[in-house]
Order: sequence, then structure tokens, then C-alpha cells
Amino acid sequence: MTLPPEMNKWEKKITGYAHDFGLDFFPVQFELLDYRMMNQIAAYDGFPIRYPHWRFGMEFERLSKSYAYGLHRIYEMVINTDPCIAYLLVSNELVDQKLVIAHVFGHSDFFKNNLWFAQTNRKMLDEMANHASRVRRHVERHGLERVEAFLDACLSLEDLIDIHKAGIRRRPEQEPEGEDQDENTPSFKLPAKNYMDEYINPPEFLAEHQRQKAEEELQRRKLPPEPERDVLLFLLEHAPLENWQYDLLEIVREEAYYFAPQRQTKIMNEGWAAFAHTHIMTGYALEPNELIDYADHHSGTVAVNPGHLNPYKLGLELYRDIEDRWNRGAFGPEYEECNNLQQRREWDRKIGLGRQKVFEVRQIYNDIGFIDEYLTEDFAREHNMFGFDYNPDDNLYEISTRDFQEIKRRLLFQLTNFGHPVIDVVDANYENKGQLYLLHQHEGVDLDIPYAQDTLHSLYTLWGRPVFIETRVENQGRHLYGYGPDGITEQNLDKPEEDQPENQETV
Amino acid sequence: MILLIEQDSNRYKQIVRGKVRQNLRKYISNSQLIGRQGKDLVSIPIPEIELPRFRFGENNSGVGQGEGEIGNPIGRGQPVNGSGQAGDQPGEHLLEVELTMEELAEMLGEELALPRIEPKGKHNVESDITRFTGIRKVGPEGLRHFKRTYREALKRQMASGAYDPVQPSIIPIRDDKRYRSWKIYPRPVSNAVILYMMDVSGSMTDYKKKLVRLTTFWIDTWLRANYKQLTIRYIVHDAAAQEVDADTFYHLQEDGGTRISSAYTLAQQIIQRDYNPSDWNLYTFHFSDGENSGNEDDQRCLKMLQEQILPEVNLFCYGQVRSQADYLFRNVLVKGINDEKLSTAQINEEEDIYTAIKTFLGKGL
Repeated sequence: MTLPPEMNKWEKKITGYAHDFGLDFFPVQFELLDYRMMNQIAAYDGFPIRYPHWRFGMEFERLSKSYAYGLHRIYEMVINTDPCIAYLLVSNELVDQKLVIAHVFGHSDFFKNNLWFAQTNRKMLDEMANHASRVRRHVERHGLERVEAFLDACLSLEDLIDIHKAGIRRRPEQEPEGEDQDENTPSFKLPAKNYMDEYINPPEFLAEHQRQKAEEELQRRKLPPEPERDVLLFLLEHAPLENWQYDLLEIVREEAYYFAPQRQTKIMNEGWAAFAHTHIMTGYALEPNELIDYADHHSGTVAVNPGHLNPYKLGLELYRDIEDRWNRGAFGPEYEECNNLQQRREWDRKIGLGRQKVFEVRQIYNDIGFIDEYLTEDFAREHNMFGFDYNPDDNLYEISTRDFQEIKRRLLFQLTNFGHPVIDVVDANYENKGQLYLLHQHEGVDLDIPYAQDTLHSLYTLWGRPVFIETRVENQGRHLYGYGPDGITEQNLDKPEEDQPENQETV
Repeated sequence: MILLIEQDSNRYKQIVRGKVRQNLRKYISNSQLIGRQGKDLVSIPIPEIELPRFRFGENNSGVGQGEGEIGNPIGRGQPVNGSGQAGDQPGEHLLEVELTMEELAEMLGEELALPRIEPKGKHNVESDITRFTGIRKVGPEGLRHFKRTYREALKRQMASGAYDPVQPSIIPIRDDKRYRSWKIYPRPVSNAVILYMMDVSGSMTDYKKKLVRLTTFWIDTWLRANYKQLTIRYIVHDAAAQEVDADTFYHLQEDGGTRISSAYTLAQQIIQRDYNPSDWNLYTFHFSDGENSGNEDDQRCLKMLQEQILPEVNLFCYGQVRSQADYLFRNVLVKGINDEKLSTAQINEEEDIYTAIKTFLGKGL
């Protein structure tokens, strides 16, 4: 449903305000939806059509139930396409609609300008419909059960992508050719005059050189040559997949990469949209009689409750802090070195760069950089941030620290790789048996082992031969978990095998 | 309007049902469901359905915002921490699934591969009842709905400006009048009877009776799903038998010895008096711990079953509950009678109920 005339009028006005504020966004197409359609769209991650899969149904049921119980409602959704599609809930009050329209322009501006979105497919609407019809065709040909089981396996691995892929070229474009030639000449020698030869090129040296060469050669033949973070790509290239399986995995991977930047910029994106709507609403669009409703709604959006960090709130306040500091010139070595709190507070060089700075920030950072760079000790203190821990004695979560470094460390850890474990493929021919070997880069938190074992099962479905993951278990050293035709295996790598009567335990 | 996502929803529900069916054995031995029937919703916990992922284990810390000293509690259980990453809470998650008893009976049937029962007799005869459930614009004055008529008239007068608050007289015209209307509902005639017999002699402990109760509950559930209406009669016996109501049946404790033939005699009398076997589907179930008083009575029972009861009923089932003695009535039955209408089962603990039900109802008689 398109917008009624009254809202159409406001959409045009707000578009103008947004441009005045400096936003540079894709054209936005607004759609009004009732709550059922809204729940469907939300379950489909904002798209009108997705491939058939039960998890969308599960999400839909969950949303419908919590809507029915009044636990939440979705006011608006917007997707990263060009033009942007934004969905508004039809039952919103006019003032809410104005707010969310302004909010949507913030998102659209962010999608268009933030660097992390630069590589995303802006025609994803078509692509999703394409995926849907491809999956449906596979279902028709191979049956729902088979396709679904394989999709489940792929989806359980969808986090195993390289989120920095867009920014880094990990592989050389093409293997340089002809370089091998001198390696094929067996009689390598350093240049030496005849009579010096046996001193300059003694047999031990030559043997050592040979050995090094052989090792390099082995390394080059190794698969993968370097640890591969994009596990899905590796599987696409090397797993023994049938055509339809290849297609499904490719679909899952493409969608995972499409959604990755949104998860990388949750705080920045929501914060930016809130920053935009507060400026537009309070600066231009709000009518006096709407003030209370607006304030009510806005404070609902940015409300904090203990134990929950609201990304809207955190992002919004950080942008405000940045704008304020750059307006006052409160940055740089001189400011950092000033230890007088009074002076720091009253610091004002009147340079007025705030607005310019926030626009720059929204362009070049993602959440990790944003927090790392702009979450200051002053800010954390001012906003009462704390770290909490679980206390098993009384089954309560308790505030455990107000230490700035610790808070920041935790936040950054949560954001690293979206709070997923970092996992690489290191060997595709483990024990020379074509077995797949993954390595979890342990950074202080253990894997959830039962989940890991189930996930290995999924990986085994794709790889077809036994699969392993090496990880650390607290206080027990390195463990190797595996899954193969005989089920689950487990092995402690730091204990010599003789000590373990049953190092290959089949469950 | 039918939403596209309903396909996915239905598929999800199908998967949930599959999980429930897998765990059916567990629910059958769960006494909490007793007493529910038909459209009653029951809430069944099943393990959460999700896609496994490589993820972190213990995640019991996070960052929050607000007032408070170090050590102040901020929440019980698992608050959602972090900045929007879902699914990182620890612990076993259970999903509550709501099902009606009818659906559960359906699953029971599918899982146990219970055949649909072909009822005999006048199973198509139904009488009608009328219920006043709707409103119409035409009808006899006797059924005029005063309130609705008044409201319509009021609405019309206000809309047309004829309403005068000073003198609020409301005069309905023909169009305003509303009448109650009725619908005809078919009411099925009861054509199936369950006769439960239970040994309540001294040796039948509370635990044994609990097993019986669970078994009968699932039998009821299944038969209810097959017959529109079901009459249930209860007989208890020790050395003598009497007919009782359901509550007494499950709670009565007597002291005497056991004479099974007394119950069979009474059952036979009830059938003869109230239920003509050509019109009625008769289901007879007998539960005992199998310690009958002696060989003489056993023989009498066999004779009665073969000559009088078995020819008239759809099914005669004997469930032997948890017995210690060597000499048992079940052996007598198994040796003495070879009739497909007779089924026997041994129920020693909750786990056996599943098999017992399959044995009893698996023939589809």
C-alpha cells in the first residue's frame, strides 16, 4: 500500500529537511503494512520474498506471538537496496510516521555512504527473488526433505565467512607462471670460482638448501596454502558437491555476505538513524502539539535497562559526544594531556568542526573502530557504564566493574567477528586422508562443545569425509573434536597418546 | 489474505510436531496431562529447534548502563547482553508447544500406527440441536433482539440528525430491527462404550493404580478421537464386583481377596441390560495384578469370556500391572483363549504403557 496524501505531503517535506541536514541517501520507496505483513517481512529480514525454509516460519511465529502479547511491535523496517525499500506500520500515529520516515532517511544515508556497505549488492531485492526461485526449483527436482536437510547444514555454517573480505585481497589474482623454472634445475650452487667451490658450496649447505626447497614445495602444494577464513568459499571450491548442493551453498554464502555489514555496524547504523531523526524532528518537522508523543516515543527507543546495552542509545550518544568535542576542539594531544577536569569540561577552541566530523565518522568506521576510537573514559563515566558478571551462588547478574579499560575490552570482544568464534580451515588433507581440519583461534572464551559437535556434523554433510576442529578447553589444553562416519570423536592434543587408553572415543 | 510465509510456518509446525512425536513415549508416561480432553490445549516442552553453530560457551558477562554499586544485582537468570547478538545465552532452552488433545491423539495414532477404527452399528444416526448464535435482519417478532434493535435505531437517528438529546425517544423502523437467529448443530449419538474393570484388592497398590490411570487416560484419548461420543462405565472388584463412578474407580482401596469372575459377571450383565451389541461398539478393559484366587475361578473366567463376552465386544483387553507372584492370570488367558479380540499386556512401569496401548489398540477393532 502506498502512502496516503497526508503522509505523502510529510514525506516530501521531510525529504527536504533531510537534504538540508546534509544527508545523502538513496531514493526511498515507502510501503504501509499491517502488522501481519510487517511480521512476515521482518521474519524475511526485510525482503518480500525468500527461499522456503522453516526458520523464517519459526521467526514469524515468534514475532506474531510476541506481538499478540504486546511485548513488541515493529514500527519500521528498511533494507539496503537502491532504491531503499522502507516499510511502515499502518497503525502508527502520524507523529510516529514522521519520526520513522526521518529515521529511515538516516539508515538510507548510512547504507549509501558507509564504506562497509560499499561492496553489497544494491539489487538484492531481485537477487533474493532469484534465490527463492532457484531453491524452489531444487525442491521440485530433489524433494523438500533433501534440500531442506542440506540447507540446514549450510546455514549452520553461515557464520564461517571472512568479514573483512570486502576490504582485503587475500589471494593473488593469478598464480605467477614460469617462476618454477630455476627450482627444477637440481644443481643449485652459489657462484664460485672452481677452486673455491667446495668451500662456498659444501655438501651440507647444498643438502640444507634442497631440504628448504622441498619444504617450500610442500607448503605450496598444501591445501589451503594459507589458513582460509572464508570456510564457505573453501567448501565451494573443494567439497565434493553436486550441482544443486553447490548452488544452495552459494546462495547461503552470498546472503551471509550481504547481511554481514549490517551486523558489523549495528551501533553506528541505529545510532546514526536516531541522530538523524532527532535533528530532523526537533529542528523542523515537529508540530507543537506532537511534542509529548514524540518525546514519549523517542525516549522509548533510546531507553536503557540494566543488563542490556541499547545500540540506539549508545550510538546516538557517541555521535553527540563526537559532535560536541569536535565543535569545541576537545581532541588531540594537547587535550589528552590536560589532567584538569574543570579545564577539560570548559575546553572550547570554537573550531565548529562537529557536524563535519560526525559525517566523516559515519562514512569510514564500523562498530569496532567506532567504539575503539571514540568511547572515551569521560563518556563511559558520564553514561554510567559498567561490566556485569553472573554470580552462580545466587543466580543473579551483578555489576562487577566500573573500570573503563575492562568495559571497553569487553565491548570490543563482543563486537569482534560479531561475537562469533574466529575459525580457519588450515588443512584439507589431515593425516593424508582427505580430512578437513579447522582451527579455532582461542581468545579466552571456550567453544560451546555440544553445539560445536552438532556443527561438525553439518560440516561432515558437506565435506563427505571426517572433519575436525582444534580448540582449547579451559585448563585442559588443546582438544581436537571430530565427526566422521563413526560419529563423534574427541582427543586431547596436549597429552601424549600413550597416556590415553582411549583417545578415540566413539559416542 | 494468505501470507507467503505461511508455508514456512506450516513447515515449522510440522517439524515441531515431528519432535513431539519423537518424544511421545515420554509424554505418555507423564501424568500431568490427565484430565484434559478434546479441544483442551496442553503445553508440551520440547527441546528448542535451532541450527547448530560454532559459538562461545559460557557467556556470563557483559556491559550495561545505569546506576549501581559494584555487587548490585541487575537481573535474574539470563539477561540479553551485548549489542543485539541473539542466541548467545547459555543454558538449555525449552520450547513450549501448544497442542490440543485431539492433535495429540492424532499423533499418538500415527506414532503407534494405530489403525482407524471401523465403527459398527448405527454410527451415522445423529440428532440435531439448535443454538441461538447469530443475528439476522429478518425474523419473527418473538425473537426480536431488543438491545441490538435499539442500537441500530439510535445509530440511524444520530446519523440523520433526528436524535434530540433533550427528548431522546428512539423509534425503530423496519430496517433497524434485529432478530436472533439459530444454527443447527448435529449431535452425534453415543455409540461406543468403554467398560473398565479394575482389581482393587489389597495387593493393588497406589503405584499400580497410577499405571492403570495413565493407561486408561490414553485409551480414552484415542477412542474419543475415533468416536464422536463415548460412554464410559467403571467396575471395581475384589472378591465381589460393583459398578462405581470414575472417581471411586481410581481411588477405592479394598482389602479382600480377588475373584475376577465376579467382575466379568457384572460386565456381562451390564452389556445385556444396556447395550445391544449390534448397535454398540463395546470396549472392555480389565486391569489386575493377576493374583486370582484359584484355578476354579480362572476356569470360570475363561468360560465366560469365550462364551459370553468375547462374541459381543469389539475388544477385550487385559492389562496385568506389576506383579510379583509366579502364577498369574495373564498366562491363563494366553493359554486358554485364542481369539483376535483378546489382547493382553504386561505393565510394570510407565515405560510399558506405550507398548501396552499399541498392543491393545493396534488391531483397529
